[in-house]
Amino acid sequence: MIADFALAPLLPELILALSGMALLMLGAFSSGDATRTVSGFAVAALLAAAAAAATQSDMRVVLMSGTFVSDPFSSFAKVAILLASAAALLMSLDYNEREGFARFEYPVLMVFAALGMTMMVSANDLISLYLGLELQSLSLYVLAAIRRDSARATEAGLKYFVLGALSSGLLLYGASLIYGFSGSTNFETIAGVMVDHGGGAPVGVVFGIVFVAAALAFKVSAAPFHMWTPDVYEGAPTPVTAFFAAAPKLAAMALLVRVLVEPLGALVADWRQIVVFVAIASMAIGAFAAIAQTSIKRLMAYSSIGHVGYALVGLAAGDETGVRGVLVYMAIYVVMNLGAFAVILSMKRQGRMVETIGDLAGLSRSQPLLAAGLAVAMFSMAGIPPLAGFFGKFYVFMAAVSAGLYPLAVIGVVASVIGAFYYLRIVKIMYFDEPAPAFDPVTEPGQAGVLGVSTAFTLLFFLWPVPLVDAAAKAAAALFGG
Amino acid sequence: MNDWPLLSLVTFLPLAGAAFILVLNGAEEAVARNARWAALWTSIVVFVLSLGIWFGFDRSSAEMQFVERHAWIPGYGIGYHVGVDGISAPFVLLSTFLTPLCILASWHVEKRVREYMVAFLVLETFMVGTFVALDIVLFYVFFEAVLIPMFLIIGVWGGARRVYSAFKFFLYTLLGSVLMLIAMLAMYWQTETTNIVELMDYDFPPQMQMWLWLAFFASFAVKMPMWPVHTWLPDAHVEAPTAGSVILAGVLLKMGGYGMIRFSLPMFPDASEYFTPLVFALSIVAVIYTSLVALVQEDMKKLIAYSSVAHMGFVTLGLFAGNRQGVEGAMFQMLSHGVVSGALFLCVGVIYDRLHTREIARYGGLVHRMPAYAAVFMVFTMASVGLPGTSGFVGEFLVLTGTFQASTWAAALASTGVILGAAYMLYLYRRVVFGKLVKDDLKDMPDLDWREKIVFAPLVIATLWMGIQPKPVLDMMGPTVQAVVDRYEGERGYRNHATVPAPAAQAALRTEVSR
Repeated sequence: MIADFALAPLLPELILALSGMALLMLGAFSSGDATRTVSGFAVAALLAAAAAAATQSDMRVVLMSGTFVSDPFSSFAKVAILLASAAALLMSLDYNEREGFARFEYPVLMVFAALGMTMMVSANDLISLYLGLELQSLSLYVLAAIRRDSARATEAGLKYFVLGALSSGLLLYGASLIYGFSGSTNFETIAGVMVDHGGGAPVGVVFGIVFVAAALAFKVSAAPFHMWTPDVYEGAPTPVTAFFAAAPKLAAMALLVRVLVEPLGALVADWRQIVVFVAIASMAIGAFAAIAQTSIKRLMAYSSIGHVGYALVGLAAGDETGVRGVLVYMAIYVVMNLGAFAVILSMKRQGRMVETIGDLAGLSRSQPLLAAGLAVAMFSMAGIPPLAGFFGKFYVFMAAVSAGLYPLAVIGVVASVIGAFYYLRIVKIMYFDEPAPAFDPVTEPGQAGVLGVSTAFTLLFFLWPVPLVDAAAKAAAALFGG
Repeated sequence: MNDWPLLSLVTFLPLAGAAFILVLNGAEEAVARNARWAALWTSIVVFVLSLGIWFGFDRSSAEMQFVERHAWIPGYGIGYHVGVDGISAPFVLLSTFLTPLCILASWHVEKRVREYMVAFLVLETFMVGTFVALDIVLFYVFFEAVLIPMFLIIGVWGGARRVYSAFKFFLYTLLGSVLMLIAMLAMYWQTETTNIVELMDYDFPPQMQMWLWLAFFASFAVKMPMWPVHTWLPDAHVEAPTAGSVILAGVLLKMGGYGMIRFSLPMFPDASEYFTPLVFALSIVAVIYTSLVALVQEDMKKLIAYSSVAHMGFVTLGLFAGNRQGVEGAMFQMLSHGVVSGALFLCVGVIYDRLHTREIARYGGLVHRMPAYAAVFMVFTMASVGLPGTSGFVGEFLVLTGTFQASTWAAALASTGVILGAAYMLYLYRRVVFGKLVKDDLKDMPDLDWREKIVFAPLVIATLWMGIQPKPVLDMMGPTVQAVVDRYEGERGYRNHATVPAPAAQAALRTEVSR
């Protein structure tokens, strides 16, 4: 068929794959250090791919013998993923050089990870899902350990690898069960089989759902599969942590949404219980465990677990409103998270990085703009209007209430109050406490730029929320055959 | 009526002032001075503009006025929709009236002046926004946003235990509010609208009303605050800087009462009626218990804070009496309390600035050194007690009249609060102002200076004017209050009439016919 040869819907992936390989060659064969050049091209490639994803048509196109799908949902997720990756890469350049692990493999790995993520969100088949996921994960394992002289980073990488491999195993086992009981790996065929089944799902498929959901919960670091998150976030170099907390999380969440809603959409009653439980557990763990943290990176790890819980509240609704909520939530989360990490990356005193919360003391006196940026991110993460984070919560709780999940919504908002405590604690340390010695001034344009854009977005989102919400609504509609 | 967006101007002009202050540049001293003046002028201009509401307001109408509507989140019906009626307009004026006085009262704040002024102007925007919002989402955004500047004001410029108080304030009120958010979402899915005016005419199923009422009550009762969720208030008041206490007592507490009269009564009349005994009980406990607690306080600010809780008890009594006198009295009590308690905090601030202690026992005999101060303090003490001729009397009298119609017992018990109120306020006044001037460090305390007199003059005038001639204010709120009461009464009356007697009458008719 003609449509099968029109590769336009694959353009983002093609750009990423080709530029990734080309940059690898460039780095390997150039004489001298090509890190800067490769990084520059990598950012350009990510942005070009984002532009290609943004200009995709609103049609649903299935390619590659039904394994690859391009629809507004995948485009929305891709744009967010690629922009977040580009921002994370920009923020890391100076840091890596300063800390002595600037290697050209770093940007190349990020491009490949981004490629894996775009394939995940476009997967239309259990096999392509697994391939995308593994391409992403393998790149991330290496990124976590890229600072190979550091014992902590190596440990983080190894831990991530072992647990990641375990979760991949779970995923494969679940996928094989679903395949065995439905006779296909193609999402559309599975969906058809499940609809034909009518009321109850075959027990094997239910087992398969449990395994797949558990594996993907691991990837989004939802409780109770979150154990690796604080250690990896703390151990990995900070720019890598910033990257982990943004794009891969969004990609895994989008994948989870697609798997549950498209092939398994008819079984919403079966998987909703899982999602509700995971959401509650994540919100609670995120809220309570973060209180006692002293390392800002561990705190952000628990915070990210909590945020995944809120996003899952939207998914638990299992309808179009819910998916819209998940997408809005994750997009906003990624932006404010990058802003917070831009500040964390600036926590540098006499050339040395510091990463305890206490080091932020009195930041509002020594560096008012930095403190204001982090304060905006913190209030936003706590969900206080009129900041962007409130609207994220607003849309997921809107979905939960519309689906009648009142207990979940109430537990969610109560957890958000508990969570507000530790976000406020950071504001308190920056604004109420006596100043600690000042940080070195931020001279890096990458960090300053990301911080500025993120803060402006978070602060002013309420003025014009329409574009993001509409795009998310369109994306959500695509999953429900709209 | 004029065409320019008066309410939006009043709401957002302070933000423009704040932005201007943020970009000020230069030496620290110059920036501080310019920030003070810029904040003062901004808030004065805002007040003058808001007088346009006072003079342009149609007092014969219960409809929303100065309405502005713009699409905000199209497709979900959520809009930027503002307007005022007789309930919200007085609160808008109260907010814009108190803000310049607060800024003037904070003239001697030396710590981070620029941020301080920005926080107050931002706070003003959020306060006014809360009162003018006619869309529940917009209302919620403003209502919650208030927490951010207030948290910073208490935490940065507060007293010794400021961190504890700031956290307690923030988390307490946040916990109440998030439940309200869930209720608002449920209302949206039930009615498909977020328009407050439409929601006020929507009849929710009685069962649903109960839950919605409780969720809203959780938020407003904390904000108000009602016993037993009032404990954040003494802490927050004591630790906040003077102007912060003024805004807290003057305006933020009124958001709870405003919410009850705007949401609870007209939107959930059945639930309001059902829960009236609960509200009465809590209010009476508040009136009596917190008055007794106030009596034994050693700290002036804490005493006034507890007196606020007691006065707010009157407000809830009046509101849930559900008749015109009660609701008007509650409204008036809130306005009066906004002026009077704000002024009392300023009175404490005056001597705190001089001696840096709020301990009552450290003062005494101030009348000998500070006659002007003693006179001003006397006016507000009497207003707080509810002496006829001051604004406090009108509110309390109307509330008790209204409550008496609803429940004689509640009115009788609440009246004891008036006596206790006189006791703790007069006792405070005697200990601070009268007696012999024996303490050495009091002997050279200067009397009010020109700035303090300028701050107090409008407050004294407002207190006496509202006490002697309450009619303009009551006229302003009259038609709207009547509409709310009609809605509340009508809903109850209709339901009682329709459900209880009708089946019996029909049955009787049927037997009649069959014979």
